[in-house]
Amino acid sequence: MSDVSFVRTEMLAEQAPPATSVGVVGWLRANLFSSWLNTILTIISLGFIWYILAGLIPWVFQSVWNANSLTECREIMAATWGKTHGHACWAVINERWLQLLYGFYPPYPITPEVNVGDSTGFLPAYLRPNLAMVLFLVAVAPVLYSDIVPRQLLIVTAAYPFLLPWLMWGGTIWAPIMVAAGLGIGYLGYRFLSPVIGALGGVILAILLPVIWWMFLSGAVAGAIDSVIPIGIAEVESRKFGGLMLAVLLGIVAIGVSLPIGIVLALGRQSDLLIVKGLCVGFIEFIRGVPLITLLFVASTLLNIFMPPGTNFDIILRVMIMMTLFAAAYMAEVIRGGLAALPKGQYEGADSLGLNYWQAQRLIIMPQALKISIPGIVSTFIGIFKDTTLVSIIGLLDPIGLSQGIRSNAAWNGIYWELFAFIALVFFVCCFSMSRYSMYLERKLRTDHR
Amino acid sequence: MKKSVFLGALTIAGLAAGAVAAGTLDDVKARGKLNCGVSTGLVGFAAPDANGEWTGFDVTVCRAVAAAVLNDASAVEFVPTTGKTRFTALASGEVDMLARNTTWTFSRDVDLKFEFVGVNYYDGQGFMVPKDLGVSSAKELDGATVCIQTGTTTELNLADFFRSNNISYEPVPIETNAEAQQQYLAGACDVYTTDASGLAATRATFESPGDHVLLPEIISKEPLGPLVRHGDNEWGDVVRWTLNAMITAEELGVTSANMGELAAGTNNPEINRLLGTEGTLGEMLGLDAEWAQRVLAVGGNYGEIFEKNIGESTPIGLARGLNAQWTDGGLLYSPPFR
Repeated sequence: MSDVSFVRTEMLAEQAPPATSVGVVGWLRANLFSSWLNTILTIISLGFIWYILAGLIPWVFQSVWNANSLTECREIMAATWGKTHGHACWAVINERWLQLLYGFYPPYPITPEVNVGDSTGFLPAYLRPNLAMVLFLVAVAPVLYSDIVPRQLLIVTAAYPFLLPWLMWGGTIWAPIMVAAGLGIGYLGYRFLSPVIGALGGVILAILLPVIWWMFLSGAVAGAIDSVIPIGIAEVESRKFGGLMLAVLLGIVAIGVSLPIGIVLALGRQSDLLIVKGLCVGFIEFIRGVPLITLLFVASTLLNIFMPPGTNFDIILRVMIMMTLFAAAYMAEVIRGGLAALPKGQYEGADSLGLNYWQAQRLIIMPQALKISIPGIVSTFIGIFKDTTLVSIIGLLDPIGLSQGIRSNAAWNGIYWELFAFIALVFFVCCFSMSRYSMYLERKLRTDHR
Repeated sequence: MKKSVFLGALTIAGLAAGAVAAGTLDDVKARGKLNCGVSTGLVGFAAPDANGEWTGFDVTVCRAVAAAVLNDASAVEFVPTTGKTRFTALASGEVDMLARNTTWTFSRDVDLKFEFVGVNYYDGQGFMVPKDLGVSSAKELDGATVCIQTGTTTELNLADFFRSNNISYEPVPIETNAEAQQQYLAGACDVYTTDASGLAATRATFESPGDHVLLPEIISKEPLGPLVRHGDNEWGDVVRWTLNAMITAEELGVTSANMGELAAGTNNPEINRLLGTEGTLGEMLGLDAEWAQRVLAVGGNYGEIFEKNIGESTPIGLARGLNAQWTDGGLLYSPPFR
């Protein structure tokens, strides 16, 4: 009987894991070929991806960029590759991309003197819509990235609602200033008259005074000041708006306005005041019960019939109002979801601190409710931005509407996928950025410890 | 909330700016612009080019009216309308006239209260099939799948035609012409049916147009023409006689080339009356004497406009057919300028 017991006394040196479980091979084995079923699925998927890319990549990259018509495109394709199928004719984008982006917006409406089609000015083309877009980014930066961007930029944010219409539609600068002055008048009225006639009277006056100002006085005052100190830029009619610019404009307004309205509606729906609650529930349920297309048709045709003939109620403004109301109703429900998700203790905690209703909302309830609602809010934003393409049905020339206009030129009749591909790409970039931002925001605001 | 209040203010400003309409002719003159409803895009008839300039057969009618009334063929605000919005746009006064390949039918004229001032294109619904199908008549199309644009008179005509011939078909509903081209080429339907002019324009875009044939049957009457609202006869007269001036000019041989020469005075009294060197026709219309000269200066007479936009020299390549002058066996027949 031999004694062969063995006790290791020293540690073995660490060894590299087997070659089949590290690196690329290891990753492939773990993720793609871990079992027979997964291996089969991987092979099928790879085949499918190859099938798609084999068609798509030549179509996208073996393409014609310079031609004046579809026929010319086909001639070039036949001369280069021998067949005309499977190659994109990007020449249509090359010729019409400015139109797809800006519609018929005149490139040079800077001052009343330098107007449509005059490229002799020193200012770059499409300055106004581009500037409006840049200012939009500046205006939202302090809101979106509040920890990086200085708070002073909030001045731009406050001014932007008045700058945007002025930049886009033009006209005298006094009109937006006078509209802004209405808010000041309301505030002053509240400040100085509420001690005299009581709080409720003050609130009513604060609403009534600006409305009177806007309805009867602001236009006349703006005109009077303009005749003394004329500062203005060339006016652009709504009919000239189109392309992606129109979609973005509708999207910005609908998104920007629907969020505050949505918050108010959500709070109203939870209110104990019967009339307020009834109004909010009625509005939300009515708007959500009606398709957006119906609202757009109301905006474009029904309102026309109701109003006296010759009334000039801007079609884009009508569409903006309808899209905003539509988005606000959905926004209200998303935010109500956030409110409902808050534990009751939060409300009671706010009460026990002695905060009044608005303080509690501002300091305790809303920051948490909005944080919970971020994915839903951004989904609504993305949805409403994509819904802007529906306006092509009522004859507005958004990118989809313009694509029909482009196809109806004899030179480009018959072109199909290229236009949709371009529009899809542009929309994807916009929607994907919004989606990524919402993920960033969720990470930044995450206060739980996971 | 600030923005919404501002928008509200704009709304009210817009409402306040509206004024009660007088006669459309006076309105247009006062405004200095003609609001003309056109299609959002139809090959040969209305299309914006790369600079946003509208061109086409229907568009020229708008420009001609603007030239007659405002002495400026570019003083037109083109309002793109879809098949669904066109009639409300006209009825509500958003546009002064509609030149948007609209079929003149009883109900549109009487029930919708519009006035068709004439016909600028006589169309009819036809069928296109691939040559391989081996069909030579629409009556052999029993059991075929048919691509058809929804919400148009073509849908009703198709049902009528197949029912009266006791044959069956399966409709493939399509929203736009571009989509229909794709579906038809992809083989989703055996037959594509729409107005014959549209079929010709569509076939011209195919890579091999020769592989597709238009069947001989034309199953409907589609007189397309400009229209205005009921009840403003002065304005209707202006649009009607603008169209008639283009047709008459072709009949009398007045072209954009020889107009300057003829305007000096000719031995043909009708030409003189048309061009305003004799008589007071322009004054009766509420315009000046040279109105028809300006109409013809826009794009020439009817024949020239036809050739330039949709005629046989263009990719669309439509023959005059029914749209020839009555003297050439067609249907174009303008009342005399007298």
